[in-house]
Amino acid sequence: MSDWLGPQEWAAVGLSLKVAFWAMMGAVVPGVFVAYALARWEFFGKQFVNVLVHLPLVLPPVATGYLLLITFGTQGVVGSALKEIGVVFAFRWTGAALAAAVMAFPLLVRAIRLSIEAIDPKLEQAAATLGASRGRVFFTVTLPLMLPGLLAGMVLAFAKAMGEFGATITFVSNIPGQTRTLPSAIYAFLQVPGGETAAMRLVVVSIIVAAGALILSEVLARRIAAKVGQA
Amino acid sequence: MSVEVHIRQGFQGFDLDVSFAAPAGLTVLFGSSGSGKTSVINAVAGLSRPAQSRIVVNGEVLSDSATRRWVPPHQRSLGYVFQEGRLFPHMNVRKNLLYGNGLSKGRAEVASLDQVVEILGIGGLLERRPAELSGGEKQRVAIGRALLARPKLILADEPLAALDEPRKAEILPYFERLRDEFSLPILYVTHSIAEVARLATTVVALKDGKVERVGAAAEVLSDPSFTPMGPRAVGAVLDAKVVTHHEDGLTELTANGVALMLPQLSHAIGDQVRVRVAAHDVILSREAPKGLSALNIVEGRVQSVRSGGGPGAIVSVDTKAGRILARITRRSAAALELSEGGTCYAVMKSVSVAPQDIGTR
Repeated sequence: MSDWLGPQEWAAVGLSLKVAFWAMMGAVVPGVFVAYALARWEFFGKQFVNVLVHLPLVLPPVATGYLLLITFGTQGVVGSALKEIGVVFAFRWTGAALAAAVMAFPLLVRAIRLSIEAIDPKLEQAAATLGASRGRVFFTVTLPLMLPGLLAGMVLAFAKAMGEFGATITFVSNIPGQTRTLPSAIYAFLQVPGGETAAMRLVVVSIIVAAGALILSEVLARRIAAKVGQA
Repeated sequence: MSVEVHIRQGFQGFDLDVSFAAPAGLTVLFGSSGSGKTSVINAVAGLSRPAQSRIVVNGEVLSDSATRRWVPPHQRSLGYVFQEGRLFPHMNVRKNLLYGNGLSKGRAEVASLDQVVEILGIGGLLERRPAELSGGEKQRVAIGRALLARPKLILADEPLAALDEPRKAEILPYFERLRDEFSLPILYVTHSIAEVARLATTVVALKDGKVERVGAAAEVLSDPSFTPMGPRAVGAVLDAKVVTHHEDGLTELTANGVALMLPQLSHAIGDQVRVRVAAHDVILSREAPKGLSALNIVEGRVQSVRSGGGPGAIVSVDTKAGRILARITRRSAAALELSEGGTCYAVMKSVSVAPQDIGTR
């Protein structure tokens, strides 16, 4: 199996898994917060937040990548400040994770928001009358009931992060071993003569990972749904 | 032990302006839909925040717009039984029951889990999910969950409205026990006069967002001028005690020395019960009836005769057993020459008293 893929190809697969994992993990907490706010709260500028969250879904990925570059690049407003404390995104795998997280964010928020809106607020009221503070209501009632939706959103975000190309290549380029993710590697192999077979191998890997993630999410969602009594 | 409520709130085309003080026992907020009763109970729970409010439970100020005091719902020490149960679908019955219990450890327990399980008969349900329970079982668990939260006040918002008649009859006795065995004030919302008659210590009748009438249940229900659900729903309540169960299937009661015969009751000898006698089940006679199949004949004095525009009249008769209301036609009232102070006999068939109209007191 290990000689089926070359070392460069293995590096791309490993990097992609790492990038997608951290993109998903980094996006999940802010994703739950934003989804909850959009589903349950009325606040000034709600529509603006909604548009901002969904922008990466409709904007050309290259444009998103460029915006990330001028914001989080070493010369960027946020990037230069972060560089002071030793955090660098530009041309690093962390930047690839950031780009993937931003691109996956709208999918994550949409899935979580739908699952929160499906929860009857009357249950949360009942918990409050029984003595639960708002935080406790969230962790004991809202969160367990939204778990299937949250999980579906996370898998979707992971798959999206695995496949993210445009914003990544614009923001952090295509550096082997550093920022060359699966899609970037496929693209690179297709640019050189005789690279088609390597590209095809990586396409097969992509299919396996994506299908595996979907099957895993189905199985987990079904188990959790049975556990929270909504099956 | 008391509850004091003042609420003023203007909604679109509807002004809520409600003030009442409820003594110990079970206070029914009674009125048709749209009268504002659910708005009142939700303000007491802190689930809504009216423009002006002052709510005091057992001397503790839960909300006072004058001093801007507002205690959030989770700090109000409530036990709220909702119409639809609102059990948590992801927890089994045991976890549902103990949800509020674990959050109120600082307060004295009202009842233990074992007691609650025994009283409500839910021992066999503890490991089940709410989705596997019937409507009546859900409400029993909801009552238990409220009790286990160590409440200082029980709230119930039409807890029987979603149930069919047999399930209502199954759940009603639990509220009687709640009223009689725990010294907790209870606010109970309903639009059912039968529930008022069985459960209420005090009645607060609401109409169009205002208090129409406040008073002790027996007093309000035996007032012939109080016909919020129309004259057909009128009926007085008699307090009585079970004397004996006869072999022919009748139970003998005594209401202040007057013997009453009713179809077999499940109550034990010596139990105090309250019997609601619907006004349309009472016949009046000027002379002591003879050769009549009805078993319950009580002599009394006409206290008032009231009639509206329709063919009916409501006659209020003071008897030794208590006040009885009779709904007869205006023509009969005229033919019998019933007038205030006149003697008459109230006749009630034993079998006309419906089992759900008999409660403990």
